[in-house]
Amino acid sequence: MNNMQDIIATLDMIDNQHLDVRTITMGISLLDCCGESVNTVADKIYDKITKRAERLVETGEQIEKEFGIPIVNKRISVTPISLIGASCKESDYTPLAIALDKAAKTCGVNFIGGFSALVHKGFTKGDINLINSIPSALAQTERVCSSVNVASTKAGINMDAVALMGKIIKQTADMTADTSGFGCAKLVVFANAVEDNPFMAGAFHGIGEPECVINVGVSGPGVVHHALKACKGQPFDVVAETIKKTAFKITRMGQLVAQEASQRLDVPFGIVDLSLAPTPAKGDSVARILEEMGLEVCGTHGTTAALAMLNDAVKKGGVMASNHVGGLSGAFIPVSEDEGMIAAAQCGALHLDKLEAMTCVCSVGLDMIAVPGDTSASTISAIIADEAAIGVVNTKTTAVRIIPAVGKKVGDLLEFGGLLGSAPVMPVHEFSSEDFISRGGRIPAPMHSLKN
Amino acid sequence: MKAIITVTGKDTTGIIANVCTSLAGNNVNILDISQTVMQEYFTMTMLVDLEKSTKSVTEISQELEDLGKTMGLVIRTQREDIFDLMYRV
Repeated sequence: MNNMQDIIATLDMIDNQHLDVRTITMGISLLDCCGESVNTVADKIYDKITKRAERLVETGEQIEKEFGIPIVNKRISVTPISLIGASCKESDYTPLAIALDKAAKTCGVNFIGGFSALVHKGFTKGDINLINSIPSALAQTERVCSSVNVASTKAGINMDAVALMGKIIKQTADMTADTSGFGCAKLVVFANAVEDNPFMAGAFHGIGEPECVINVGVSGPGVVHHALKACKGQPFDVVAETIKKTAFKITRMGQLVAQEASQRLDVPFGIVDLSLAPTPAKGDSVARILEEMGLEVCGTHGTTAALAMLNDAVKKGGVMASNHVGGLSGAFIPVSEDEGMIAAAQCGALHLDKLEAMTCVCSVGLDMIAVPGDTSASTISAIIADEAAIGVVNTKTTAVRIIPAVGKKVGDLLEFGGLLGSAPVMPVHEFSSEDFISRGGRIPAPMHSLKN
Repeated sequence: MKAIITVTGKDTTGIIANVCTSLAGNNVNILDISQTVMQEYFTMTMLVDLEKSTKSVTEISQELEDLGKTMGLVIRTQREDIFDLMYRV
């Protein structure tokens, strides 16, 4: 039999350290849902999703019971809707978002991702229509998540898209002001977006993916934090090794759940995403892991180095535990969703500039950050451009999920509740980037040859 | 299918007897038991085989959980695979 101590340790991780599988996400291709009118397409989308994902939630709950592992979310990602919408004669794709929302509710999933467009090199008619529909789509739906990829290492940065997204984010914030700008919490602007990400709000089912697929996102900042408490004062070699071993255990659990779900639903297994995804609950924070390494408060000097090591060790430990690793894999640093990050931002230790530096070494980007409501669209676009540049030059995924807090100023708190938490409004630079953003065009792809 | 049953709580008379009776009633074979008592705190892990049982692992899990509640114990039943995979390369 397994060592009794190992068994008890696992139960302790589940009971006291927030060990869980964060999400089972079913990716569904909607490429066969095209049609001439938006209403026909909406019906086809609803029918296909509800048929494919009929047993998703029920299966997730069964696995949860048999293994005694909490599976927090069951979700769905679909083909970028810009590709499907392009077949319609209408230009407003909001009805397609409403169909997605209805399908999500029927299936019992809490989020559905894929109201998306990939425009890193330019816009198609479908892309433009989709992007222009984002504010109303997010205002009229509850569970739909949207993402736009504006840059890639191969194509450079589409600055027209960057400029447009600044405006779209502002409009979305205005249209969902009554829910603290909740629409913006469901909208991500990417560089180098991945096709198999199971985490929201940036999940979509890429065109290189099969008809239907199961991807799993694991989590476990609390478990890593707990493990590090046992190596106080030890050198970084020991810290890295401890994180690797912990990540291995967490990922093994995700792999098991992914395989079971894939088998039971008769859908191929895609990937396990090895991410440390925090929640606003105490003891489930990435920031607190960095502080455990010896930083007084997350955001002070040394934070980037600490995060770089954490991110790398998580990947190294996790990669051997799963036969297919993908998605975003690393440590997430969403400010509003991380109790330690919220505290660090509130006490003035964590600023946007430091967060930007941190995104150079971790898995996503400027995530769930509230800025003053009067921040201009061009400033938001400039923030997106900076993040995209980091992603494009370093051949990594970066993203911006930023919420202009309508009617609020620096120091106020924006409340979302649930897993999305609360975001302290952070200051942005007051100097203008207007002329920079209004240039438009495309920043060329960076040089990635001549490496010798 | 094999499962691990974990019983934790304050030590009283008849914990093992009650758990084993329930398992025997459901045709569940016990393969291994490991048990300790530390400062009146009882911990037991059991490896069981559900091959011949007519009930599913979730049904047995629920029955044991209910039994645990009547005795002031927490009883959990989980498929063995999770522990195997987490601690073995």
